[in-house]
Amino acid sequence: MLTKRDYPRLGETACVGELENGLRLTVAPKPGYRKSLAFLAVNYGGADRFYEKDGERLESPAGAAHFLEHKTFELEDGQDAMSLLAQRGANANAFTSPDMTAFHFDCADGLEDSLRLLLRFVSAPSFTPESVEREKPIITQEIRMSEDDPEDVMYYGLLRALYEYAPLRENVAGDIDSVEAMDAETLYRLHRDFYVPANMALVVTGRADPAEIEDICLESLPPSSRPRPVAVSPGQEKPGPVSVRTKRAMDVGAPMFLAGAKAKSGLLGRESVKFELTATLALSAVLGTSSPLYRRLYDEGLINETFGCAFENVAGVSHLSFGGETRDPRLVCLRVLEEAAALAARGLDEAFFERQKKTAYGGAIRSLGSLENIAYNLAAGTFAGYDYFETLGVLDTVTAEDCRGFLAAYLTAQSCAISEILTKER
Amino acid sequence: MRGVWLTAVRAERFKTGCLSVTALAEHGKRTAAMNAVLPYVLRRGTSRLPDMESIAGALDDMYGARIEPAIRKRGEIAALGFCADFPDGAFLPGRPDTLGAVAALMGELLLSPATKGGRLRADYVESERRNLLDDIAAEINDKRSYASLRLTGTMFRGERYGVPKLGTAADAERISVATLTKYYKELMASAPIEVFYCGAEPTERVAALVREALSPLPRSAQIRMPVTENAWVVPEGQVRRVTETMDVTQGRLCMGWRLSEAVPDPDRAVLAVFNAAFGGSVTSKLFTHVREELGLCYYAESVTDRWKGALFASAGIDFDMAGTAEREIAAQLDALARGELEDWELEGARRAVVNAVTSVLDEQSGLEGYYLDRSIAGTGLRPEELAARASLVTREEIAAVAACARLKCVTFLTAEDEDADET
Repeated sequence: MLTKRDYPRLGETACVGELENGLRLTVAPKPGYRKSLAFLAVNYGGADRFYEKDGERLESPAGAAHFLEHKTFELEDGQDAMSLLAQRGANANAFTSPDMTAFHFDCADGLEDSLRLLLRFVSAPSFTPESVEREKPIITQEIRMSEDDPEDVMYYGLLRALYEYAPLRENVAGDIDSVEAMDAETLYRLHRDFYVPANMALVVTGRADPAEIEDICLESLPPSSRPRPVAVSPGQEKPGPVSVRTKRAMDVGAPMFLAGAKAKSGLLGRESVKFELTATLALSAVLGTSSPLYRRLYDEGLINETFGCAFENVAGVSHLSFGGETRDPRLVCLRVLEEAAALAARGLDEAFFERQKKTAYGGAIRSLGSLENIAYNLAAGTFAGYDYFETLGVLDTVTAEDCRGFLAAYLTAQSCAISEILTKER
Repeated sequence: MRGVWLTAVRAERFKTGCLSVTALAEHGKRTAAMNAVLPYVLRRGTSRLPDMESIAGALDDMYGARIEPAIRKRGEIAALGFCADFPDGAFLPGRPDTLGAVAALMGELLLSPATKGGRLRADYVESERRNLLDDIAAEINDKRSYASLRLTGTMFRGERYGVPKLGTAADAERISVATLTKYYKELMASAPIEVFYCGAEPTERVAALVREALSPLPRSAQIRMPVTENAWVVPEGQVRRVTETMDVTQGRLCMGWRLSEAVPDPDRAVLAVFNAAFGGSVTSKLFTHVREELGLCYYAESVTDRWKGALFASAGIDFDMAGTAEREIAAQLDALARGELEDWELEGARRAVVNAVTSVLDEQSGLEGYYLDRSIAGTGLRPEELAARASLVTREEIAAVAACARLKCVTFLTAEDEDADET
């Protein structure tokens, strides 16, 4: 039975509950929308490399979660579920992130039939050793595409400089060798262990009837579930980066960089939301578009529109990052660190901080305009133990002093690593 | 107001508002770089808010409203201006009038730029000119879009359409304070201006706010509507071919066809369903045959440009597969021309278009783009009508589009040890 929750500040409602088989279900109807969106998330991603089952330590090889996502679309008779969904008018897709595999579709009509099909193919795989072989060249091309992407190369360069053990440092799709080594037996084992209702969350938003969705889940999924696998830590990260600088020359128009630093690990629940909001506000105060530093660097021609910052809390670890195109990566990095140190010493200007909070408030409202965004965040919140629709309540509690503390602890010269992409002589 | 058109879509299901102001100008060698740089120069400062920090601060005060420069290319027409999105005041503490504030700032950005001696500020022009040069240089960063850019440039060499959206580095180098100021004044005097709003406010209020925000618009000349030329300059039968080498691990094949000879006035629904059947959906010929069956590539897809009457296909492949992939892609188009389309493929293509058009109704940015295109075309179906028409497109209509396609250009981006040639 689902429980209805109202969020008057946001003008949203959601019906949430855990079914008997352990599936966590959220239905967030959006009156006036023409489309429905269903988002089935498995709490298993590229960074879930080690786990324990029945007392035994097991491995999910590099790239396996992503490979399994590709093969999940295959049906008994060799048909492709994505194509069947398309014929019913559902626009389907899937992705694998470091901590989630998600299958989703949106449609103007026929939600019920398409949802039944989605639940069926995700819970009952049909691939064969031959079809696994056939998939290898496709995934290999996908990896090659990413190898040509300077943003990807720079991003993974930074993660490898920051982390020694965290599997986040590996490409979600694995590498050419791991793809070549994959076999159907391993994929079936991983499906059995991870694709169980107790390890999944379903979110339906847009045009949706909660009672009907619940009925479809009950009739389409197994009545009970094996327990969800227990994650095993790959190793304790030491403070500070593994290496301070990494660089690579590529065919790019201008040099670019991404610098970053590790922050807290093991963040869960409301605390993770507060930490993320604190980090975002603190970073905006140092180098957001309305910060004095941003204007100075832009006026000096040291940065352009590509410059920005981010905070990620993913797969048990978290880090901040900033960067963009510049002719002098190390100078920009240095100026950011100086500004962060100055703000950490004197604290944030209260009026400025309140303006930043207004922007964060508006951002939370704005994010409700996208069904994809709502579904993803509700599912991620389900796995991490928080309610995405409660974000504004958490934002109220963040203070300028929290942000000052964040800068003093994490955005420092000792904690930063830098990943650079240099231009190649042509 | 003379030469200003407002399209307002009242919708209460969103918690945000969307407002865009777009000037329509000619796209071509003379104008492309100036079109690309102008909104960025205007966004640097106004007479009241003289720098980016004060503009960003004002936007923070509007609960993080965003006003971003937007430069779009529709055939040989450039659509340049600003797009704003902002939270609806009804969901904010104290219910502030975010639309009023955004409309006023938008008018200010467009009509009261920071100037010196009657000209746009030299430091802003110079700085944004350099940023544009960086952007043009960065076109090689994304190999997939770079490959498409090469295709368009080669296929439409000598036509305005072949000029990249941002212009060329040489054109950007030539921008000066004097030329850009003159061009800016020219546009404000005579360019058609499209305003779009979507959100909860009533149309009359939006119209009043826009009228006030744009009241300083100096309409001193006749309004000039830019046009797209459909002239075809490549001699019949000649296919232009370019192979370019670069430091890549995956080859990128692009192919371009002309459709306009047989489709002077294309039916938008037919073109859309044709494209979904050829390479624009997961039930398409390119996806199911070239990618899934033959395993030739990670992506193989097509797009059409209805403004110019062109069809483009692209694929990411192994270096030694260029010939095979080109033959297979062409074979799929031939099959469509012969009417070889299973019922499930036809239905899949129709539904893909219906779903995509329906999605537009649920996204403000989608509605903005849709209605801007409709305004530029001067006519057209509403999204609901387009969806209804798409669901009735026949196999024969699709075959007719495929049959009129003529291959005009093939480009291939490959690794550095291959030989480069150009014909």
